Amino acid sequence: MSTAQSHKPGRKKSRSLFQLRQDIPDRVFFAAGFVIPVVLLLMWWLVTSLGLVKPLFLPGPLSVVGEGWRQLTEGILFEDASVSVYRIVVGWAVATVVAVPVGILMGNYRIVEGLFEPLISTARYMPVVALIPLSILWAGIGDGQKILILFLGTFFQQTLMIMDNVKNIDINLIRAGQTLGFTNNEILRRIILPAALPGIWDTFRITIGWTWTYLVVAELVAANSGLGRRIMDAQRYLSTDTILFGTLFIGLLGLLTDYLFKRAGKSLFKWSSQTR
Amino acid sequence: MMTSAKTAAPTISVDGVGRNFTVSGQTLVAIEKIDLDIQQNEFVSIVGTSGCGKSTLLNMIGGLDEPTSGEIRIEGKPVDGPGRDRGFVFQTYSLFEWMTVEKNIRFALEKSSFARAEKDELVAHFIQAVGLSGFEKAYPKQLSGGMKQRVAIARALVYKPSILLMDEPFGALDAQTRGMMQELLLKIWEDHKVTVVFITHDVDEAIFLADRVIVLASRPGRIKKDMRIELDRPRSYEVLTDPKFAAYKREVLTDIREETLKALSAGQG
Ligand SMILES: Nc1ncnc2c1ncn2[C@@H]1O[C@H](COP(=O)(O)OP(=O)(O)O)[C@@H](O)[C@H]1O
Ligand SMILES: [Mg+2]
Repeated sequence: MSTAQSHKPGRKKSRSLFQLRQDIPDRVFFAAGFVIPVVLLLMWWLVTSLGLVKPLFLPGPLSVVGEGWRQLTEGILFEDASVSVYRIVVGWAVATVVAVPVGILMGNYRIVEGLFEPLISTARYMPVVALIPLSILWAGIGDGQKILILFLGTFFQQTLMIMDNVKNIDINLIRAGQTLGFTNNEILRRIILPAALPGIWDTFRITIGWTWTYLVVAELVAANSGLGRRIMDAQRYLSTDTILFGTLFIGLLGLLTDYLFKRAGKSLFKWSSQTR
Repeated sequence: MMTSAKTAAPTISVDGVGRNFTVSGQTLVAIEKIDLDIQQNEFVSIVGTSGCGKSTLLNMIGGLDEPTSGEIRIEGKPVDGPGRDRGFVFQTYSLFEWMTVEKNIRFALEKSSFARAEKDELVAHFIQAVGLSGFEKAYPKQLSGGMKQRVAIARALVYKPSILLMDEPFGALDAQTRGMMQELLLKIWEDHKVTVVFITHDVDEAIFLADRVIVLASRPGRIKKDMRIELDRPRSYEVLTDPKFAAYKREVLTDIREETLKALSAGQG
């Protein structure tokens, strides 16, 4: 094979990284992910250390790291993070527990889709921030209200995505089940559900990312701790280093969640031709 | 056809069957009226241009769809939904990806009344019959297209249906694999004696396999030709160069070409 391919013997073939749709070495791919963040970091550092912008508008990287260290050593970070993670997990889990059955039924029964689809499609465009006053009226000012906001930010979109996951399975799997004599109920539980599960898992991964993005909204009002709350408080005192650190930290936690879901999905669904 | 003694009902009897679909308020006549009797152990291929109603017909025989008019009977009994007297193989591999080869096949036996030991035996037998020994514990993802379709065939036969319905089962395979699968299918058919209805758009494949080739006319679907294939059995690939084969092929191709031209001029191609 190799002799047939090398037109110019002796020359080591260094394939260009810019071939349409061509794979590149894993290590190069991985390293590429750091290029832009590192460049941005350098620019950030340069701009601030040269005094081109006032620290009020953009504090230097070191002072953001310093802020992080302060929060860590004073125990604030851990407290904030645990409160927020708790709210995220519960809000997302409640949304998921409702969205999975509703989405699965919508994906399988046109009548259920007809019942819910118009409502959910409308609701998903509701500005969740605008619902804060109502959410306080309904759920008080405790954790329940935060969880309600996270639920509202996650549930509608998630339900529609799960419906699509279910619809995307090969119709012939269902037909195969019918020809083998299984009842609708058995087909639902033993064929449709497992077949749709890798896709649903991916929806889980994506939607929990969205739940993270609603954290600040959830902790906007009537919260005295939490990562989002810390950012909003910092706004009042114009402590931009706290704002920046908080935002980056939420981003990092989101990234971590994403990674965990990806890893878990890979090992749970080894059999799936979708996971690679 | 005069099979005088014991004139049992045909295995499959399609009696004046029509099927309309409603597409955005309009009635689409997918199948106008089809009459077709298929005898026990017969191997029947159905060919026709795409969209002429082949799948619709097969689905109705399989009980996955209902005729708008007419009736389909299996061994004299009207079809009322899918049944374990019929096995189905689809063009998409339609395997249960989360189950191993063995479990996929065994899953098909769940609704059977065979004893446990018998089931084990059947699974083992069919894995061997489709040439997948050694792959019992493999997952579908790890198999090639041809191997996947062999699992699907085993799954459709393991519960001992008397009829095997196949909807372009080899349509997604490359030419070489396809040839191997055709020979394998003929061997299984000869060993297990089932009635096969085989849909394909490959004329060679249709003739090579079948006792009878049915050509469907399109829009609305109806039978254009019902042709007996008098080639020796057992068949091997050598038959492909037989002059009789070429004559059959010419006849079917002429029909299909006519239908395709009609469809094109009707702006439906
Ligand atoms: N569920 C359905 N709803 C509406 N139209 C359908 C449906 N199934 C098939 N048809 C139409 O019926 C015709 C025959 O389809 P089909 O049996 O799948 O053709 P073939 O298998 O020969 O390619 C096509 O015009 C197709 O669009
Ligand atoms: Mg078809």
